[in-house]
Amino acid sequence: MANHSATHPKHVHHHFVDSNQQFESAKLGMWVFLVNEILFFGGLFCAYIVFRAWYPELFTQAALELNTFWGAVNTVVLIGSSLTVAMAIRSAQNNQKRGLEINLLITILLACVFLVIKYFEYEHKLHLGIAPGTFWNPTPEIAAVLDHPKANIFFGIYYMMTGVHGLHVIVGIGLMIWLYMRARKGHFNSEYYTPVEITGLYWHLVDLIWIFLFPLLYLIE
Amino acid sequence: MANASTSASSAASTPMKLKVKQFQPAQTPTNTYLTDEKGVWAWLTTVDHKKIGLMYLGSVAFFFALAGFLAIALRTELWTPAKTFIEADTYNQLFTLHGAMMVFFVLVPSIPAALGNFILPMQLGAKDVAFPRLNLASFYIYVFGAIFTFLSLANNGFDTGWTFYTPYSSDTNSAGIIWVTLGVFILGFSSILTGTNFITTIHKLRAPGISWERLPLNVWALYATSIIQVLATPVLAITILLLAMENILDIGIFDPALGGDPVLYQHFFWFYSHPAVYIMIVPGFGIISEVITTFSKKTIFGYWAIALSSLAIAFIGFLVWGHHMFTSGQSAVATTIFSFLTFLVGIPTGIKIFNWVATLYRGSISMKTPMLYVFIFIFLFSIGGFTGIMLGALSVDIHLHDTYYVVAHFHYVMMGGTLIALLAGLHYWWPKMTGKMYNEPLAKIAAGFIFIGFNVTFLPQFIMGAQGMPRRYYNYIDQFTPFHQTSTIGSYILALGFLIILYYLAHSLFKGKKAGPNPWNSRGLEWQSTSPPDFHNFSHTPVVIHGPYDYHQPMEEFQLGLAVEHGHGEEHLAADTTGSKAAEATIA
Amino acid sequence: MGRLFDFMLPENKSPLTADPTDGLFHFINEASLVLFLGVVLAMIYFAIRYKRKSEDDKTPVITHNNTLEITWSVIPLLITFVVFGWGYSGWLNLKTVPDDAYEIHVTGFKWNWSVNYENGAQTINEIHVPKGTPIKLVMQSRDVLHSFFVPEYRVKHDVLPNRYTYVWFQAEEAGESQVFCTEYCGTSHSNMLAKVIVHEPEDFKTWLDENRGGPSGSPIEQGEKLVSLQGCQTCHSVDGSDLIGPSFKGIWGRDRNLADGSSVTVDENYIRESILYPGEKIAEGYQNVMTPYEGRISDEEITNIIEYLKTID
Repeated sequence: MANHSATHPKHVHHHFVDSNQQFESAKLGMWVFLVNEILFFGGLFCAYIVFRAWYPELFTQAALELNTFWGAVNTVVLIGSSLTVAMAIRSAQNNQKRGLEINLLITILLACVFLVIKYFEYEHKLHLGIAPGTFWNPTPEIAAVLDHPKANIFFGIYYMMTGVHGLHVIVGIGLMIWLYMRARKGHFNSEYYTPVEITGLYWHLVDLIWIFLFPLLYLIE
Repeated sequence: MANASTSASSAASTPMKLKVKQFQPAQTPTNTYLTDEKGVWAWLTTVDHKKIGLMYLGSVAFFFALAGFLAIALRTELWTPAKTFIEADTYNQLFTLHGAMMVFFVLVPSIPAALGNFILPMQLGAKDVAFPRLNLASFYIYVFGAIFTFLSLANNGFDTGWTFYTPYSSDTNSAGIIWVTLGVFILGFSSILTGTNFITTIHKLRAPGISWERLPLNVWALYATSIIQVLATPVLAITILLLAMENILDIGIFDPALGGDPVLYQHFFWFYSHPAVYIMIVPGFGIISEVITTFSKKTIFGYWAIALSSLAIAFIGFLVWGHHMFTSGQSAVATTIFSFLTFLVGIPTGIKIFNWVATLYRGSISMKTPMLYVFIFIFLFSIGGFTGIMLGALSVDIHLHDTYYVVAHFHYVMMGGTLIALLAGLHYWWPKMTGKMYNEPLAKIAAGFIFIGFNVTFLPQFIMGAQGMPRRYYNYIDQFTPFHQTSTIGSYILALGFLIILYYLAHSLFKGKKAGPNPWNSRGLEWQSTSPPDFHNFSHTPVVIHGPYDYHQPMEEFQLGLAVEHGHGEEHLAADTTGSKAAEATIA
Repeated sequence: MGRLFDFMLPENKSPLTADPTDGLFHFINEASLVLFLGVVLAMIYFAIRYKRKSEDDKTPVITHNNTLEITWSVIPLLITFVVFGWGYSGWLNLKTVPDDAYEIHVTGFKWNWSVNYENGAQTINEIHVPKGTPIKLVMQSRDVLHSFFVPEYRVKHDVLPNRYTYVWFQAEEAGESQVFCTEYCGTSHSNMLAKVIVHEPEDFKTWLDENRGGPSGSPIEQGEKLVSLQGCQTCHSVDGSDLIGPSFKGIWGRDRNLADGSSVTVDENYIRESILYPGEKIAEGYQNVMTPYEGRISDEEITNIIEYLKTID
């Protein structure tokens, strides 16, 4: 046990052989988790595909009610946050404590901007009575353009997909705040930045899913 | 010593010289995982995979007793064609609860989360699973899922059958359904986390020398299971979430009254729930392979056939869900393809059975209780498999679908397969887990009760099912009375068998003989530790130079470990490779 | 025929649909029995023959045997191909309705089968058919999923809301066959039974003509028939006994306590509302489980039912 401290730094849990094994395990674990996330959203995409195949005209019609401009803005915002998260990892690898903190903060900020825009989109739609399920009660103007009997299902799918995605963004913000606190305390350095790396992986997935959601929901020709 | 200094390949690196020495596990260990931390709080907050495994085992046993008790109540109600002692609505809730609990709280976590948690890291020579805290979290998520299900009972309960088919489940009785769907949703995460943990552990935490071709078949089986858990469970999660939303918000995706499609729900549900039956049975295959080699003292026949057939089952298992829906109104093309693929999944299963029987050939067979359960398993599971072929055949399935034939079939597979394998594993590893032996004669008598009781319960169900008796029936027409009554008597015999097991296992905990580290003389790595094991499983980092079933090699060569005390790994390995002189010098 | 597993199957009363199924059922059972006995007997024989003599027994290293493994993979594979093809052709036969089939409409609802014939005749839980003629049942559900199953014909299909499904069969003897609902549908799922009643062709004609056009007679008689045809008595007794819903006996003009604590007098409007929108006013002590009849029943029919209910004291 004499050389325990030398080969077994504090951040390495007792059951790992060394830092590298711990890092590799955490990364693999995260990848497995991401596969599972993809399948989770895969279920929703499946429901989307099935209903779109059955009612293609409904989807083209209903997509007009979604605001493409703000959807595009949100896409840019999320892509930007993916970039800052990648830069945060880079900073951690280079022992740049300050850079890590700033990049995490910008990521959090961008994620919040995304949610605020999403909030106004929801708000606008609910105002027009475009609500999921039983609360479906469109104003006469909307009902005049969107007279498809199954319009409620499109928005059922819309709210489920964007809602579940939004939850993932919120979870991501929570994780970033936790990383930021730890970064302030100087927990991360070039030897140990596993949590930053795997949270980054998670965030890229959240971004990626939005990149699929945006054209599928907003940009239907 | 044959192989004093030897080359072993660790997971990621090229072969290298290791400094190894022989470790013989102590007969009566002074410090074990049971004595290391004490008190209820230490148990509840432990991250030790062995304790978490035991907590799962306790919970699974609790739910099995509860759901088994419900089964006895159901069978008693079916003694007469009309009301015997409970009302129709109660009956409907009880069979739903019996099914849901057995599937989600017993069968899915039984082998992987309980026995697997305990054994898997030991078979890999690891100190723990890759993410011990996540492991504990998954246990508590399981508990929360259970609490939600009980809350459902307090809110009108649910009577939809465990399949929750829409629109019945979205129209009626919302409060109970919402609670139970949330419960199942939460429970899914427990399963996902366990699967994620196991995959990572198997990939990254193998002891030096455990290459893929030296993985115990139990590990292969758990690996296949974990892949299914990770790929299938999220789809259940989203399905059940959509169902909950259907009840809360009426979003209309599955409800025909709102324009949705109930057959789509069935596709979603079975996309998880068919692979889920492999989540339940494949770990059982792993146990059978371990037990059958130990008690025949012989190398497994067809190692790769068994290992890869688990993976084959895992993958083909994803493509056959539609065979639950031959009468549902799915498209004709889909029906044809699903039927065809269903037969393909039968083949790897058959191959396993043949391989196990071939392993017995010219072995040295000892009919101890675990082996007895293996024989029972092969008997019952074969019947389950053949009747599965019957149900896969399109025209015959039209006749048999949703009758007692199906009920009997999945009990033969799930209970005759998974639960019997669980019993085999429990008896096999009991001495390892507790350090105590159980009463062998009583255990054999109990196995006899279970075998006879099981067949008396479920064989008549094949006949009445083929005769036309539909499942989920509270009342039935008179002609089925003798079959139902035989079945009910069988269920009592079965229950008696389980009570005997409960008795002698409890007795063994307090008064059992000391087991010693390796009472079965197994070559498995998990047996090269003390019984019960050390907190870190081994007092040394094991080094493996043989396959787990190399019964032709001397026992000493299975008791090797890194010569450096409590070795922490690759830094040591790198250091040790510098001089082979040092390596040779340290061998005992 | 006298095959080994004959005891498992019910009588075969529609050979055109049942024969392929039965043949395959017997084939799988017999083939399985052979394989099963092979596996189990080998296992038991090995256990006895190679019983452990001492703890030091040496066993041979037999890791695999390609010939053997290929044999026991390929033979079962071929057998399952046969089973698949056989099952597939039998299933095509079940799906392919003969062109000259006689059509009858069947509607499943909690917990009855309502049957409509070409000339307007209606029955409940009885399907009258002529023998020796292929019959096609066109089925749909009014509420949740049901499944229509006649064991003696080996036919079954789910019955869905908003979609038509069908089964066909050809009964070769006059007599009765049991119908079950095999998709779980709630409290009285196990009572959702019906009978197929097979007549000689000329008897069927007579029966059909007698029942032409549905219920007839005075409003009270028509109301009584409607109550029976709509399956009301599954849940509402006429003798005062308590079933899933409140009894019809003696309700007319009385006050009824409701689940929300208020009360209401049973009059024309209350009955009309309770038929069309049963969820509006729930009687105290009962669940809201009845299917709404909105759009399924005419005002004239409701009036007749009300006239009939007045007479039940």
